[in-house]
Parts: sequence; C-alpha cells; structure tokens
Amino acid sequence: MIRIGPEPIDLAAMTVAVSRPAHGAICTFLGTTRETSAGDDRLVEALDYEAYVELARADFEAIVAEARARWGPLEMAIAHRTGRVALGEASVAIAVGSPHRGAAFDACEFAINSLKAKAPIWKRETYRGGDTAWIANTPP
Amino acid sequence: MALRVLAFARLRELLGFGERTLDIGPSATLEDVWVSLTADAPEAGRMRASTRFARNGVLVDGTAHVSDGDEIALLPPVGGG
Repeated sequence: MIRIGPEPIDLAAMTVAVSRPAHGAICTFLGTTRETSAGDDRLVEALDYEAYVELARADFEAIVAEARARWGPLEMAIAHRTGRVALGEASVAIAVGSPHRGAAFDACEFAINSLKAKAPIWKRETYRGGDTAWIANTPP
Repeated sequence: MALRVLAFARLRELLGFGERTLDIGPSATLEDVWVSLTADAPEAGRMRASTRFARNGVLVDGTAHVSDGDEIALLPPVGGG
C-alpha cells in the first residue's frame, strides 16, 4: 500500500493493510512536522511538501522490494503527504508487518532512512514573518 | 525535438516554471538541456552540482542523451519525511 497525496495519513488503514495471520509484529513509524529546523531558531508557521509522484512511487516500491530481500517475507505500507501539512501532523508514515518483531523494527527504520535519503520529495518551511526555505535532508 | 521538462521545489521557483516544453537540437544531452534552461537564471545555474536528472522517470546522469517526447525532471536536493 503506497499513498502519496494531500489527504491526511490513515495509520489505522495502513496497519490493517500489513496484517497477516502469519504475522506476530507490526511496527509503525510516524514522522510529524516540527516547529523548528536544526540550527535555525525561527519558528515555522507552515510546511508544504512537493513530490515527483511517479518517481517517488517507484522509489517506495523499490524500498519495499529491498526490505523483503533483506528481511524476508513482510508487508509494508508507505504514505507521504503533499501540499500544506499543519504543524504536529504526520507528514510520513511507514507500517511493517512481519512474523517477528526484529525484522519489523529493522525494515521500518531502513524504510524511513532510505525514503529521506532518496525519494524525490521536497519540504518548504514558511516562518513567522513570511520568509520561506526549502529544507534538504542530511544523512542520519 | 521537443521535451517536456519538470522542475521541482527551489528549482521550480528559480526557473519560473513547474512544467514547460523545450525545443532543443538533435543529439542533445541533459547537460545541454540544463545549460539551455539556466542561461537566463544564474541562481538556478549555480545549483547544478546538487541537481539530479530523471529521464522518463529514471535517474540518469548529465551525459545521457535526450529524445523527442522525453519527460525530463530536474531534482534539487530532497527533503521528504
């Protein structure tokens, strides 16, 4: 299950999508919008995300395939918002279901790190006073 | 030949378009496309080292050639998550 779009993230639907009778673990990650950026004391008033949707979707599918290659049978759902996201709301979510928790934790962390490093998605912060900046990710 | 060019985020703002068509001569590479698009946008031009290219949804480097009808995307450093 891959979702890239303006609608709010539905984590409950994502966990259902990765549930299987053979699974004993579901690990979820929510990334939420923050009111400050590292090294910048300006307060963020709004965040906007932009995506190259076709390529981002292909990237997410590659992340799922790579996670299965590394951690065996698992189900993964990935969702990313586009457009305006209010402060404190989830902009990204990962859910991983697998037979045991170790693979679920590891695959979930791999997925969010890989997404942040490569996926063609951009974030613009708008600060109080009206300044804006595009924020590039730094390695974890 | 005609290309469809997509620009995102900071590059979209600096180049002044999110999507446009570009006519360019035969056997052009992506570097040629970049030079043509940024000729009048020096601030965008300075982002070359941090910009990646995609051709028809696949990442390629600047030496790759373009063909009539290709969709070219200009991708500045990503910030998803």
